[in-house]
Amino acid sequence: MSFNYLPLTDAQRRDMLSAIGVSGMEDLFAPIPRELRGFELALPSGHSELEVQQQLNRLAAQNRPLSAQRSFVGAGATLRFRPSAVDHVASRSEFSTAYTPYQPEISQGTLQVIYEFQSMIAELTGMDVANASMYDGASAAAEAALMACRITHRHRILVSETVHPEYAEVVRTYASGPEVAVETVPHRDGALDLEAVERLLGQDCAGLLVQVPNVFGCLEAVRAAGQLARKAGALFVVIADPISLALLEAPGAYGADIVVGDGQGLGNPVSFGGPHLGFMATRQEHVRQLPGRICGMSVDTRGKPCFTLTLQAREQHIRREKAASNICSNQALNALVATLYLALVGKTGLVELASVSVQRAHHLADRLVGMAGLELAFPSQRFFNEFVLRADRPADRVLAELADRGILGGVPLSRWYAGSERDLLVTVTETNSPEDLDAYLAALSASRRSSAQERSVEVPATAVDHATV
Amino acid sequence: MPTLIFDQSIPGRRGVTIPASGVPERDLLELLGPELLRQSPPELPEQSELEVVRHYTRLSQLNHSIDTGFYPLGSCTMKYNPKVNEAVARLPGFADLHPYQPAEQVQGALALMYDLQSWLGALTGLPHVCLQPAAGAHGELTGILMIKHYHRHHGNRRTKVLVPDSAHGTNPATAAMAGFEVVTVQSNERGLVSVADLKAHLDDQVAAFMLTNPNTLGLFEEDILAISQAVHEAGALLYYDGANFNAILGAVRPGDMGFDVVHQNLHKTFSTPHGGGGPGSGPVAVSERLAPFLPVPAIVRRPDGSYALDFERPLAIGRMKAFFGNFGVLARAYAYIYAHGHEGLRQVSRDAVLSANYLKARLGDAYEVPFAQSCMHEFVMTSDRQKAQGVNTLSIAKRLIDFGIHPPTIYFPLIVHEAMMVEPTETESKEELDRFVEVMLQIADEVRDTPDLVNSAPHTAPIGRVDEVLAARKPNVRWRKPQTAR
Repeated sequence: MSFNYLPLTDAQRRDMLSAIGVSGMEDLFAPIPRELRGFELALPSGHSELEVQQQLNRLAAQNRPLSAQRSFVGAGATLRFRPSAVDHVASRSEFSTAYTPYQPEISQGTLQVIYEFQSMIAELTGMDVANASMYDGASAAAEAALMACRITHRHRILVSETVHPEYAEVVRTYASGPEVAVETVPHRDGALDLEAVERLLGQDCAGLLVQVPNVFGCLEAVRAAGQLARKAGALFVVIADPISLALLEAPGAYGADIVVGDGQGLGNPVSFGGPHLGFMATRQEHVRQLPGRICGMSVDTRGKPCFTLTLQAREQHIRREKAASNICSNQALNALVATLYLALVGKTGLVELASVSVQRAHHLADRLVGMAGLELAFPSQRFFNEFVLRADRPADRVLAELADRGILGGVPLSRWYAGSERDLLVTVTETNSPEDLDAYLAALSASRRSSAQERSVEVPATAVDHATV
Repeated sequence: MPTLIFDQSIPGRRGVTIPASGVPERDLLELLGPELLRQSPPELPEQSELEVVRHYTRLSQLNHSIDTGFYPLGSCTMKYNPKVNEAVARLPGFADLHPYQPAEQVQGALALMYDLQSWLGALTGLPHVCLQPAAGAHGELTGILMIKHYHRHHGNRRTKVLVPDSAHGTNPATAAMAGFEVVTVQSNERGLVSVADLKAHLDDQVAAFMLTNPNTLGLFEEDILAISQAVHEAGALLYYDGANFNAILGAVRPGDMGFDVVHQNLHKTFSTPHGGGGPGSGPVAVSERLAPFLPVPAIVRRPDGSYALDFERPLAIGRMKAFFGNFGVLARAYAYIYAHGHEGLRQVSRDAVLSANYLKARLGDAYEVPFAQSCMHEFVMTSDRQKAQGVNTLSIAKRLIDFGIHPPTIYFPLIVHEAMMVEPTETESKEELDRFVEVMLQIADEVRDTPDLVNSAPHTAPIGRVDEVLAARKPNVRWRKPQTAR
């Protein structure tokens, strides 16, 4: 069998071996101890490209994509509008098959994209500087926690219980190496308990991590939380949804020291959870503690403005064990997607997208709470485009009722929170049309009717009981 | 420098249209509240679709890339990225999947991950695999944290990690990030780990020894079995940095060499595109004793043949990122392995090793090769001789740009002066290899005859050499709206 990605012919291989001056390939592998050579490799045989396509098509067909149903699933990754031009330009192989831009003379394209990306993140977050991207929002939050420890020389981190539980878990995992203590601040009614924050903050606390909108979709009392953190000498770390920042105050404007988040929604497919991108921004005075790559503007030998990776004395390839982080590869191509997205959607488009999501989410929530057996779990909180629906029955049953009508109704919170068996996180974006909202409502009212009928036929007393509750 | 997208902005222009909400609208101030409602929108560009497309298309044309030219970048494995991989990763059945969909809706994706795990297990000889880490360094951190938790679980609080002086920067950075003290082990005169120096450093405080094999000089650590034995006798574990795995596919397995944990770089060995710096994917494979510490969730196959996520791992280190890993990268790597199969992957490494040795043989007269033995998939040469003639490695690297060739990795590993680390990969034709040789020989002649030509290179790139000092001294890392006084 010959391989289309391997251009050497057998004749060329023989020529090359003789140019090297060896008799065969075994001579080149001779440094490997003989007893380690020669084993069965439990892999499939090779396949033609057509067979590769067929195999991957077969696997893809065993999945049910969001685009084939009405999806209200979010919690950190969400189906959103992706302008066609984004993937078209991002697919250019001058971008996708380039290496990290360590040679600025032949990487100005990638470098200028990074500079524009950093600028857009800084604009959205209201911070002075942003880096070139992190792996995802969760690992960016963990890096922010470690960065707060480096800056404050303290070793204790507070994480709100309303931070996405998987983010909190990543923070704890990263913290387990340097033995940083991570404590959870409980929530009250779906939002940060400020009294608990005040109680738990101490002179040994490096940082307070708060997410807004939080994992329940609720807005947080960020100004008060930030003031409490500052008073205790801790850094205020805000985890933000970049699209929400079209309408919500920039964290830099209310005193955030570090802002991180996930940029999947900025034009990247959900892709079963990755690759997405994390972003990270901070104040000017902390720039030398920022992990990851940073692109800066400079001039070349001809005096013309140009770009280069800079402040590399923070990074592993220069500082080794003294680096701010071990991060090397980031999510450059996803950051390019985000840059293209933000350039296309632009100043007014992002506001409109966020507004449509907020309006449709509130419309759905308003009508759901008018239905028997459904309420908001946290009715006293403001929310953005996600909310927690509480049912009089297990959330799994609600999901099943919706699934019967081709609706993916949300994420059951029992996935993470004990005692939340009746709670469902519902996510609404611009991709959920008014018809989708109607279908959601219709599915639940239909299921209500049919279960009421069922009960009135089979056990009449139950229906009467229910009506009197 | 093309004008920044911000400075091209024209108020009132737009790149997309957004549908109306189609529902009765409420006042945003009422919904979001006065405390958090933003006063003025972020200063994003205002451009039509064509302007945006043209701007970024032009930027793309300023890049060197695999699809436009040779990339002999040592330790980076810049091989061709097959296009079918791009196509399959974009199938809606993969791209439009949510990590929280019920398992019965994502069986194909879980099957793909399960098979990829088992294939990586077969290639590494370490059967327990986690696909979650997002990049090589992320996999390193995963592996080193697992080692930390393993020792803790056994009642040891070992404080040190050993790394060779030839190690990638991520190795010491990872160990430090995981809270370890880093101790350097010397290389010997043959460019290999000094087993004597290693043994001198091994004590009951050493948690692990991190090693790349073949190492960053492209040399196979021939004493690997002695190294492995010494490390384990000291109660430490052996970590394998998979950056150079492209050399040994199907030829030798880290598990057989005695390694306890391996990270892979799918964006190197398994041909997924580097993307200008990412995304990567850094799966870890571990031995039996480390398996209980792998991150959650695990992807398991049930007796009925269906796939599921298993969160019940009480000793797991936790999570390294949200969700399950860079799935889109995993799909590409799956397609790559499926296309090559066992015989194809073996041929990949054979051709990669052959090509590196061929270049080394052809360039060994004009440039100095500090370690004479045969190399694996890459080799290191020095420009010591050229430096004596007044031209350093940096200038030779920059001169290559004028011939449409990306410079090799330079000034690394740190133990070789004026180092140039060359990794051709298996996907370059002999004609391209020969052209590289001709260019390198021509540059050696230029160094002798017209050194200024080399010292002032590049001449044909979009820009000349960059003032790095200015960039670092007066950092300008973002655009700001001109009229805003801040």
